[in-house]
Amino acid sequence: MSEHPPVEDWATDFDHTDEVWAADPFPIWDELRGTCPIAHSDRYGGTWLPTRHEDVAAIAYDTENFTSRSVVVTNYRPPNLAPRGIAPPISSDPPFHAGARRILLPLMSPQTIAKLEPSTREYCESLVDDLRGRDVIDAAQEYAQHIPVRVIARMLGFPEEDADLFRGFVHHVLEQVTLPLEQRFMGMQDLFEYLRAQVQDHIEHPRDDLTTAMLNAEMNGEPVGMEHVGGTVALLLLAGIDTTWSAIGASIWHLAGHAADRERLVAEPELLPTAIEEFLRAYAPVTMARLVKHDMDWKGCPMKADDWILLSFPSANRDPEFFENADEVIIDRRDNRHAAFGLGIHRCAGSHLARMELRVALEVFLDAFPVFEIADPAAVRWSGGQVRGPRTLPLRIG
Amino acid sequence: MRISIDAQRCEGHGRCYSLAPALVEPDDIGNGSVLGDGTVPPDQEGNARQAEANCPERAVILEESQ
Repeated sequence: MSEHPPVEDWATDFDHTDEVWAADPFPIWDELRGTCPIAHSDRYGGTWLPTRHEDVAAIAYDTENFTSRSVVVTNYRPPNLAPRGIAPPISSDPPFHAGARRILLPLMSPQTIAKLEPSTREYCESLVDDLRGRDVIDAAQEYAQHIPVRVIARMLGFPEEDADLFRGFVHHVLEQVTLPLEQRFMGMQDLFEYLRAQVQDHIEHPRDDLTTAMLNAEMNGEPVGMEHVGGTVALLLLAGIDTTWSAIGASIWHLAGHAADRERLVAEPELLPTAIEEFLRAYAPVTMARLVKHDMDWKGCPMKADDWILLSFPSANRDPEFFENADEVIIDRRDNRHAAFGLGIHRCAGSHLARMELRVALEVFLDAFPVFEIADPAAVRWSGGQVRGPRTLPLRIG
Repeated sequence: MRISIDAQRCEGHGRCYSLAPALVEPDDIGNGSVLGDGTVPPDQEGNARQAEANCPERAVILEESQ
Protein backbone atom coordinates (compact mmCIF):
# COMPACT_ATOMS: atom_id res chain seq x y z
CA MET A 1 0.00 0.00 0.00
CA SER A 2 1.22 3.49 -0.80
CA GLU A 3 2.27 5.91 1.92
CA HIS A 4 -0.09 8.75 2.64
CA PRO A 5 -1.63 10.49 5.63
CA PRO A 6 -4.65 8.71 7.10
CA VAL A 7 -8.06 9.84 5.85
CA GLU A 8 -9.87 12.08 8.35
CA ASP A 9 -13.17 12.49 6.55
CA TRP A 10 -14.32 10.49 3.54
CA ALA A 11 -16.53 13.31 2.23
CA THR A 12 -13.76 15.92 2.10
CA ASP A 13 -10.46 14.02 2.20
CA PHE A 14 -11.03 10.63 0.55
CA ASP A 15 -8.14 8.59 -0.82
CA HIS A 16 -8.80 5.52 -2.95
CA THR A 17 -5.42 4.04 -2.03
CA ASP A 18 -6.25 4.02 1.69
CA GLU A 19 -6.21 0.63 3.39
CA VAL A 20 -9.67 1.15 4.87
CA TRP A 21 -11.06 1.72 1.37
CA ALA A 22 -9.21 -1.30 -0.03
CA ALA A 23 -10.48 -3.62 2.71
CA ASP A 24 -14.16 -2.57 2.52
CA PRO A 25 -15.14 0.45 0.41
CA PHE A 26 -18.89 -0.25 0.38
CA PRO A 27 -19.87 1.50 3.65
CA ILE A 28 -17.88 4.55 2.52
CA TRP A 29 -19.76 4.79 -0.77
CA ASP A 30 -23.13 4.05 0.84
CA GLU A 31 -22.59 6.87 3.33
CA LEU A 32 -21.48 9.33 0.64
CA ARG A 33 -24.37 8.47 -1.67
CA GLY A 34 -26.78 9.50 1.08
CA THR A 35 -24.98 12.55 2.43
CA CYS A 36 -22.51 13.91 -0.11
CA PRO A 37 -23.02 12.13 -3.44
CA ILE A 38 -20.21 13.95 -5.25
CA ALA A 39 -17.39 14.08 -2.74
CA HIS A 40 -14.22 16.15 -3.13
CA SER A 41 -10.69 15.63 -1.89
CA ASP A 42 -7.65 17.89 -2.25
CA ARG A 43 -5.49 14.81 -2.71
CA TYR A 44 -3.82 14.17 -6.07
CA GLY A 45 -4.16 17.85 -6.90
CA GLY A 46 -7.96 17.84 -6.59
CA THR A 47 -10.26 14.85 -7.11
CA TRP A 48 -14.04 14.44 -7.33
CA LEU A 49 -15.86 11.22 -6.51
CA PRO A 50 -19.38 10.77 -7.87
CA THR A 51 -21.03 7.85 -6.09
CA ARG A 52 -24.51 7.66 -7.67
CA HIS A 53 -25.19 5.72 -10.85
CA GLU A 54 -26.87 8.75 -12.41
CA ASP A 55 -23.79 10.96 -12.00
CA VAL A 56 -21.26 8.28 -12.94
CA ALA A 57 -23.24 7.60 -16.13
CA ALA A 58 -23.59 11.30 -16.96
CA ILE A 59 -19.82 11.81 -16.75
CA ALA A 60 -19.05 8.64 -18.71
CA TYR A 61 -21.30 9.92 -21.52
CA ASP A 62 -20.01 13.51 -21.42
CA THR A 63 -16.86 13.71 -23.53
CA GLU A 64 -17.30 17.48 -24.00
CA ASN A 65 -16.59 18.37 -20.40
CA PHE A 66 -14.42 15.41 -19.35
CA THR A 67 -11.36 14.00 -21.10
CA SER A 68 -9.86 10.51 -21.00
CA ARG A 69 -6.34 11.96 -21.51
CA SER A 70 -5.39 10.04 -18.39
CA VAL A 71 -7.42 7.35 -16.68
CA VAL A 72 -5.11 6.63 -13.73
CA VAL A 73 -5.20 9.13 -10.86
CA THR A 74 -1.70 10.17 -9.76
CA ASN A 75 -0.09 13.29 -8.29
CA TYR A 76 0.89 14.43 -11.79
CA ARG A 77 -1.05 15.40 -14.88
CA PRO A 78 0.04 13.55 -18.01
CA PRO A 79 1.55 15.32 -21.01
CA ASN A 80 -1.07 16.20 -23.59
CA LEU A 81 -0.59 13.64 -26.37
CA ALA A 82 -3.92 14.45 -28.02
CA PRO A 83 -5.61 13.15 -30.02
CA ARG A 84 -4.14 9.69 -29.45
CA GLY A 85 -3.06 9.79 -25.83
CA ILE A 86 -0.53 7.38 -24.39
CA ALA A 87 -2.57 4.17 -24.79
CA PRO A 88 -5.22 4.44 -27.53
CA PRO A 89 -8.16 4.10 -27.52
CA ILE A 90 -8.63 4.31 -23.73
CA SER A 91 -6.67 7.57 -23.58
CA SER A 92 -8.26 9.06 -26.72
CA ASP A 93 -11.20 11.45 -26.99
CA PRO A 94 -13.59 11.87 -29.92
CA PRO A 95 -13.27 12.06 -32.82
CA PHE A 96 -9.91 10.20 -32.93
CA HIS A 97 -11.21 7.62 -30.46
CA ALA A 98 -13.72 6.04 -32.85
CA GLY A 99 -11.11 5.11 -35.45
CA ALA A 100 -8.66 3.75 -32.88
CA ARG A 101 -11.42 1.67 -31.31
CA ARG A 102 -12.68 0.43 -34.68
CA ILE A 103 -9.37 -1.30 -35.43
CA LEU A 104 -9.13 -2.86 -31.97
CA LEU A 105 -12.67 -4.20 -31.50
CA PRO A 106 -12.60 -6.97 -34.18
CA LEU A 107 -9.48 -8.30 -32.43
CA MET A 108 -11.44 -8.52 -29.15
CA SER A 109 -14.86 -9.58 -30.48
CA PRO A 110 -16.79 -12.54 -29.02
CA GLN A 111 -16.01 -14.56 -32.16
CA THR A 112 -12.25 -13.93 -31.79
CA ILE A 113 -12.31 -14.59 -28.06
CA ALA A 114 -14.19 -17.90 -28.43
CA LYS A 115 -11.12 -19.33 -30.15
CA LEU A 116 -9.10 -18.77 -26.96
CA GLU A 117 -11.46 -20.73 -24.74
CA PRO A 118 -9.98 -24.25 -25.20
CA SER A 119 -6.42 -23.14 -24.39
CA THR A 120 -7.68 -21.09 -21.42
CA ARG A 121 -9.55 -24.11 -20.05
CA GLU A 122 -6.53 -26.34 -20.52
CA TYR A 123 -4.38 -23.86 -18.63
CA CYS A 124 -6.88 -23.51 -15.75
CA GLU A 125 -7.01 -27.30 -15.51
CA SER A 126 -3.23 -27.51 -15.29
CA LEU A 127 -3.29 -24.95 -12.46
CA VAL A 128 -5.89 -26.86 -10.40
CA ASP A 129 -4.03 -30.12 -11.06
CA ASP A 130 -0.99 -28.61 -9.33
CA LEU A 131 -3.13 -27.63 -6.32
CA ARG A 132 -4.98 -30.91 -5.79
CA GLY A 133 -4.19 -32.75 -2.59
CA ARG A 134 -3.25 -29.58 -0.67
CA ASP A 135 -5.10 -28.49 2.49
CA VAL A 136 -4.73 -24.76 2.02
CA ILE A 137 -4.04 -22.80 -1.14
CA ASP A 138 -3.84 -19.12 -1.99
CA ALA A 139 -6.52 -18.82 -4.66
CA ALA A 140 -5.43 -15.28 -5.56
CA GLN A 141 -1.73 -15.95 -5.94
CA GLU A 142 -1.70 -19.59 -6.99
CA TYR A 143 -4.72 -19.58 -9.27
CA ALA A 144 -6.48 -16.35 -10.26
CA GLN A 145 -3.45 -14.22 -11.04
CA HIS A 146 -1.88 -16.66 -13.48
CA ILE A 147 -4.85 -16.96 -15.82
CA PRO A 148 -5.06 -13.49 -17.40
CA VAL A 149 -1.28 -13.17 -17.63
CA ARG A 150 -1.03 -16.34 -19.66
CA VAL A 151 -4.00 -15.50 -21.87
CA ILE A 152 -2.88 -11.94 -22.66
CA ALA A 153 0.72 -13.04 -23.33
CA ARG A 154 -0.62 -15.52 -25.84
CA MET A 155 -2.92 -13.00 -27.49
CA LEU A 156 -0.14 -10.44 -27.86
CA GLY A 157 2.46 -13.03 -28.86
CA PHE A 158 4.78 -12.18 -25.96
CA PRO A 159 6.99 -14.73 -24.14
CA GLU A 160 4.92 -16.49 -21.49
CA GLU A 161 8.00 -16.67 -19.25
CA ASP A 162 7.87 -12.86 -18.92
CA ALA A 163 4.77 -13.15 -16.69
CA ASP A 164 6.54 -11.74 -13.60
CA LEU A 165 7.71 -8.79 -15.64
CA PHE A 166 4.13 -8.07 -16.78
CA ARG A 167 2.84 -8.19 -13.22
CA GLY A 168 5.62 -5.78 -12.23
CA PHE A 169 4.57 -3.29 -14.92
CA VAL A 170 0.94 -3.53 -13.86
CA HIS A 171 1.80 -3.04 -10.19
CA HIS A 172 3.90 -0.01 -11.04
CA VAL A 173 1.43 1.74 -13.32
CA LEU A 174 -1.82 0.97 -11.51
CA GLU A 175 -0.87 0.64 -7.85
CA GLN A 176 2.30 2.67 -7.19
CA VAL A 177 0.43 5.85 -7.98
CA THR A 178 1.87 7.94 -5.15
CA LEU A 179 5.53 7.56 -6.21
CA PRO A 180 7.49 10.71 -7.11
CA LEU A 181 7.38 11.78 -10.75
CA GLU A 182 10.91 10.57 -11.60
CA GLN A 183 10.13 7.06 -10.38
CA ARG A 184 6.78 7.03 -12.19
CA PHE A 185 8.58 8.12 -15.33
CA MET A 186 11.32 5.50 -15.03
CA GLY A 187 8.80 2.72 -14.56
CA MET A 188 6.94 3.81 -17.68
CA GLN A 189 10.25 3.96 -19.57
CA ASP A 190 10.95 0.34 -18.63
CA LEU A 191 7.52 -0.71 -19.83
CA PHE A 192 7.74 1.09 -23.16
CA GLU A 193 11.31 -0.14 -23.77
CA TYR A 194 10.13 -3.70 -23.24
CA LEU A 195 7.20 -3.12 -25.59
CA ARG A 196 9.42 -1.51 -28.25
CA ALA A 197 11.59 -4.65 -28.30
CA GLN A 198 8.53 -6.91 -28.56
CA VAL A 199 6.95 -4.83 -31.32
CA GLN A 200 10.27 -4.75 -33.19
CA ASP A 201 10.44 -8.53 -32.98
CA HIS A 202 6.94 -8.69 -34.49
CA ILE A 203 8.00 -6.38 -37.33
CA GLU A 204 10.89 -8.73 -38.11
CA HIS A 205 8.89 -11.91 -37.50
CA PRO A 206 5.18 -11.30 -38.23
CA ARG A 207 2.86 -13.94 -36.81
CA ASP A 208 -0.77 -14.67 -36.13
CA ASP A 209 -1.34 -12.55 -33.03
CA LEU A 210 -2.75 -9.25 -31.90
CA THR A 211 0.54 -7.34 -32.05
CA THR A 212 1.02 -8.26 -35.71
CA ALA A 213 -2.62 -7.41 -36.42
CA MET A 214 -2.09 -3.94 -34.91
CA LEU A 215 1.04 -3.47 -37.03
CA ASN A 216 -1.04 -4.24 -40.12
CA ALA A 217 -3.92 -2.01 -39.03
CA GLU A 218 -4.75 1.15 -40.91
CA MET A 219 -6.62 4.31 -40.01
CA ASN A 220 -7.70 6.53 -42.91
CA GLY A 221 -5.68 4.37 -45.29
CA GLU A 222 -2.40 4.78 -43.38
CA PRO A 223 -0.64 2.37 -40.99
CA VAL A 224 -1.28 3.55 -37.44
CA GLY A 225 2.43 3.81 -36.63
CA MET A 226 4.71 2.45 -33.94
CA GLU A 227 3.60 4.80 -31.18
CA HIS A 228 -0.02 3.85 -31.65
CA VAL A 229 0.77 0.11 -31.80
CA GLY A 230 2.96 0.37 -28.68
CA GLY A 231 0.26 2.33 -26.85
CA THR A 232 -2.53 -0.11 -27.65
CA VAL A 233 -0.36 -3.09 -26.77
CA ALA A 234 0.53 -1.35 -23.47
CA LEU A 235 -3.16 -0.88 -22.81
CA LEU A 236 -3.94 -4.54 -23.38
CA LEU A 237 -1.06 -5.66 -21.19
CA LEU A 238 -1.91 -3.26 -18.35
CA ALA A 239 -5.69 -3.42 -18.47
CA GLY A 240 -6.04 -7.14 -19.08
CA ILE A 241 -4.19 -8.54 -16.11
CA ASP A 242 -5.09 -7.44 -12.60
CA THR A 243 -8.62 -6.48 -13.61
CA THR A 244 -9.52 -10.06 -14.53
CA TRP A 245 -7.35 -11.42 -11.72
CA SER A 246 -9.48 -9.29 -9.38
CA ALA A 247 -12.78 -10.44 -10.83
CA ILE A 248 -11.85 -14.13 -10.59
CA GLY A 249 -10.50 -13.67 -7.06
CA ALA A 250 -13.49 -11.67 -5.79
CA SER A 251 -15.91 -14.28 -7.15
CA ILE A 252 -14.03 -17.11 -5.44
CA TRP A 253 -13.83 -15.01 -2.25
CA HIS A 254 -17.62 -14.59 -2.29
CA LEU A 255 -18.24 -18.30 -2.81
CA ALA A 256 -15.78 -19.19 -0.05
CA GLY A 257 -17.80 -17.10 2.40
CA HIS A 258 -21.30 -18.01 1.16
CA ALA A 259 -21.69 -21.78 1.27
CA ALA A 260 -25.28 -21.74 0.00
CA ASP A 261 -24.28 -19.84 -3.17
CA ARG A 262 -21.33 -22.17 -3.73
CA GLU A 263 -23.46 -25.28 -3.27
CA ARG A 264 -26.12 -23.93 -5.61
CA LEU A 265 -23.59 -23.23 -8.38
CA VAL A 266 -22.08 -26.69 -7.98
CA ALA A 267 -25.58 -28.19 -8.29
CA GLU A 268 -26.75 -25.80 -11.04
CA PRO A 269 -23.74 -24.96 -13.21
CA GLU A 270 -26.07 -23.47 -15.84
CA LEU A 271 -26.69 -20.60 -13.40
CA LEU A 272 -23.03 -19.57 -13.51
CA PRO A 273 -23.31 -16.95 -16.31
CA THR A 274 -26.07 -15.18 -14.35
CA ALA A 275 -24.08 -15.41 -11.12
CA ILE A 276 -21.00 -14.03 -12.86
CA GLU A 277 -22.91 -10.90 -13.88
CA GLU A 278 -23.89 -10.44 -10.23
CA PHE A 279 -20.29 -10.87 -9.06
CA LEU A 280 -19.27 -8.30 -11.68
CA ARG A 281 -21.93 -5.91 -10.39
CA ALA A 282 -21.31 -6.36 -6.69
CA TYR A 283 -17.50 -6.60 -6.81
CA ALA A 284 -16.77 -4.57 -9.96
CA PRO A 285 -12.99 -4.37 -9.90
CA VAL A 286 -12.38 -1.28 -12.02
CA THR A 287 -12.73 2.40 -11.19
CA MET A 288 -11.87 4.64 -14.15
CA ALA A 289 -10.78 8.27 -14.15
CA ARG A 290 -11.32 11.39 -16.20
CA LEU A 291 -9.83 14.89 -16.14
CA VAL A 292 -12.09 17.94 -16.06
CA LYS A 293 -11.55 19.82 -19.34
CA HIS A 294 -12.28 23.36 -18.16
CA ASP A 295 -13.47 25.29 -15.11
CA MET A 296 -17.20 24.78 -14.71
CA ASP A 297 -20.04 24.31 -12.30
CA TRP A 298 -21.16 20.69 -12.63
CA LYS A 299 -24.29 19.84 -10.66
CA GLY A 300 -23.32 22.45 -8.10
CA CYS A 301 -19.70 21.34 -7.87
CA PRO A 302 -17.08 23.99 -8.64
CA MET A 303 -14.87 21.86 -10.89
CA LYS A 304 -11.53 23.20 -12.13
CA ALA A 305 -9.64 22.28 -15.29
CA ASP A 306 -7.39 19.25 -14.65
CA ASP A 307 -9.26 18.13 -11.53
CA TRP A 308 -9.55 14.36 -11.46
CA ILE A 309 -12.83 12.52 -11.56
CA LEU A 310 -12.67 9.12 -9.93
CA LEU A 311 -15.30 7.39 -12.04
CA SER A 312 -16.56 4.73 -9.68
CA PHE A 313 -18.48 2.14 -11.66
CA PRO A 314 -18.21 -0.07 -8.54
CA SER A 315 -20.13 2.52 -6.50
CA ALA A 316 -22.67 3.07 -9.30
CA ASN A 317 -23.28 -0.68 -9.22
CA ARG A 318 -24.23 -0.45 -5.52
CA ASP A 319 -26.64 2.48 -5.90
CA PRO A 320 -30.02 1.56 -4.35
CA GLU A 321 -31.72 4.17 -6.57
CA PHE A 322 -30.70 2.07 -9.57
CA PHE A 323 -30.69 -1.53 -8.28
CA GLU A 324 -33.16 -3.31 -6.03
CA ASN A 325 -31.43 -4.70 -2.96
CA ALA A 326 -28.22 -3.15 -4.23
CA ASP A 327 -26.18 -4.22 -1.21
CA GLU A 328 -27.19 -7.87 -1.49
CA VAL A 329 -25.39 -10.37 -3.71
CA ILE A 330 -28.18 -12.30 -5.42
CA ILE A 331 -26.65 -14.91 -7.72
CA ASP A 332 -29.85 -15.41 -9.72
CA ARG A 333 -30.54 -11.68 -10.16
CA ARG A 334 -32.36 -11.52 -13.49
CA ASP A 335 -32.42 -7.82 -14.27
CA ASN A 336 -28.86 -6.61 -13.99
CA ARG A 337 -28.00 -3.50 -15.98
CA HIS A 338 -24.63 -3.20 -14.24
CA ALA A 339 -21.79 -0.98 -15.40
CA ALA A 340 -18.78 -3.08 -14.39
CA PHE A 341 -17.28 -2.66 -17.86
CA GLY A 342 -18.09 1.03 -18.02
CA LEU A 343 -20.67 2.99 -19.98
CA GLY A 344 -20.51 4.82 -23.28
CA ILE A 345 -17.78 4.95 -25.89
CA HIS A 346 -15.05 3.60 -23.59
CA ARG A 347 -16.85 0.34 -22.73
CA CYS A 348 -14.07 -2.08 -21.77
CA ALA A 349 -12.74 -3.44 -25.06
CA GLY A 350 -11.69 -6.61 -23.24
CA SER A 351 -15.08 -7.36 -21.71
CA HIS A 352 -15.72 -10.44 -23.87
CA LEU A 353 -12.27 -11.75 -23.00
CA ALA A 354 -12.76 -11.04 -19.30
CA ARG A 355 -16.15 -12.78 -19.23
CA MET A 356 -14.73 -15.85 -20.97
CA GLU A 357 -11.77 -16.05 -18.57
CA LEU A 358 -14.00 -15.54 -15.54
CA ARG A 359 -16.49 -18.22 -16.62
CA VAL A 360 -13.83 -20.79 -17.51
CA ALA A 361 -11.80 -20.05 -14.35
CA LEU A 362 -14.85 -20.54 -12.13
CA GLU A 363 -16.12 -23.63 -13.97
CA VAL A 364 -12.75 -25.35 -13.64
CA PHE A 365 -12.26 -24.27 -10.03
CA LEU A 366 -15.73 -25.37 -8.85
CA ASP A 367 -15.39 -28.64 -10.70
CA ALA A 368 -12.04 -29.39 -9.07
CA PHE A 369 -12.89 -27.98 -5.61
CA PRO A 370 -16.64 -28.09 -4.96
CA VAL A 371 -16.07 -27.48 -1.23
CA PHE A 372 -13.86 -24.66 0.07
CA GLU A 373 -13.84 -21.97 2.73
CA ILE A 374 -11.63 -19.08 3.75
CA ALA A 375 -8.81 -20.56 5.83
CA ASP A 376 -7.83 -17.38 7.62
CA PRO A 377 -10.12 -14.34 7.20
CA ALA A 378 -7.54 -12.04 8.81
CA ALA A 379 -4.99 -12.95 6.14
CA VAL A 380 -7.17 -11.89 3.19
CA ARG A 381 -5.72 -8.77 1.51
CA TRP A 382 -7.38 -6.59 -1.13
CA SER A 383 -5.55 -4.30 -3.53
CA GLY A 384 -6.22 -0.59 -3.22
CA GLY A 385 -6.36 2.01 -5.94
CA GLN A 386 -8.44 1.81 -9.09
CA VAL A 387 -8.41 -1.98 -9.45
CA ARG A 388 -9.77 -3.80 -6.42
CA GLY A 389 -9.54 -7.52 -5.85
CA PRO A 390 -8.09 -10.06 -3.42
CA ARG A 391 -4.31 -10.30 -3.60
CA THR A 392 -4.02 -12.86 -0.78
CA LEU A 393 -6.84 -15.38 -0.47
CA PRO A 394 -6.03 -18.44 1.66
CA LEU A 395 -8.63 -21.16 1.12
CA ARG A 396 -9.07 -24.51 2.80
CA ILE A 397 -9.84 -26.98 0.01
CA GLY A 398 -8.95 -30.25 1.75
CA MET B 1 -43.25 -8.32 -30.17
CA ARG B 2 -40.36 -6.83 -32.15
CA ILE B 3 -36.77 -6.34 -31.02
CA SER B 4 -34.36 -3.76 -32.35
CA ILE B 5 -31.00 -2.31 -31.34
CA ASP B 6 -30.44 1.43 -31.15
CA ALA B 7 -27.10 1.66 -32.97
CA GLN B 8 -26.46 5.11 -31.49
CA ARG B 9 -26.56 3.70 -27.98
CA CYS B 10 -25.08 0.21 -28.48
CA GLU B 11 -21.49 -0.04 -27.24
CA GLY B 12 -20.99 -3.78 -27.65
CA HIS B 13 -21.48 -5.03 -24.08
CA GLY B 14 -23.01 -8.14 -25.67
CA ARG B 15 -25.70 -8.84 -23.10
CA CYS B 16 -28.39 -9.08 -25.81
CA TYR B 17 -26.80 -11.83 -27.89
CA SER B 18 -25.74 -13.71 -24.74
CA LEU B 19 -29.28 -13.70 -23.36
CA ALA B 20 -31.24 -13.90 -26.62
CA PRO B 21 -28.96 -15.69 -29.10
CA ALA B 22 -31.93 -16.69 -31.28
CA LEU B 23 -32.79 -13.00 -31.79
CA VAL B 24 -29.51 -11.07 -31.84
CA GLU B 25 -25.98 -11.88 -32.98
CA PRO B 26 -22.69 -10.02 -32.62
CA ASP B 27 -21.40 -8.09 -35.61
CA ASP B 28 -17.67 -7.93 -36.36
CA ILE B 29 -17.00 -5.39 -33.56
CA GLY B 30 -19.22 -7.11 -31.01
CA ASN B 31 -22.23 -4.80 -31.32
CA GLY B 32 -25.69 -6.35 -31.34
CA SER B 33 -27.21 -7.12 -34.75
CA VAL B 34 -30.83 -8.26 -34.95
CA LEU B 35 -31.45 -11.50 -36.85
CA GLY B 36 -34.07 -11.32 -39.59
CA ASP B 37 -36.72 -8.62 -39.26
CA GLY B 38 -36.72 -8.60 -35.46
CA THR B 39 -40.03 -10.39 -35.01
CA VAL B 40 -39.92 -12.16 -31.65
CA PRO B 41 -41.63 -15.58 -31.62
CA PRO B 42 -43.79 -16.10 -28.52
CA ASP B 43 -41.35 -18.64 -27.04
CA GLN B 44 -38.54 -16.05 -27.27
CA GLU B 45 -40.35 -13.20 -25.51
CA GLY B 46 -38.78 -14.04 -22.16
CA ASN B 47 -35.28 -13.91 -23.63
CA ALA B 48 -36.09 -10.64 -25.41
CA ARG B 49 -37.20 -9.09 -22.10
CA GLN B 50 -34.00 -10.31 -20.44
CA ALA B 51 -31.90 -8.79 -23.21
CA GLU B 52 -33.69 -5.46 -22.70
CA ALA B 53 -33.42 -5.57 -18.92
CA ASN B 54 -29.67 -6.25 -18.93
CA CYS B 55 -28.40 -3.77 -21.49
CA PRO B 56 -26.28 -1.21 -19.60
CA GLU B 57 -26.79 1.35 -22.37
CA ARG B 58 -30.57 0.81 -22.77
CA ALA B 59 -29.94 0.09 -26.45
CA VAL B 60 -32.32 -2.87 -26.75
CA ILE B 61 -35.78 -1.74 -27.80
CA LEU B 62 -38.88 -3.90 -27.58
CA GLU B 63 -42.14 -3.02 -29.24
CA GLU B 64 -45.10 -4.94 -27.93
CA SER B 65 -47.68 -6.09 -30.48
CA GLN B 66 -51.16 -4.71 -29.94
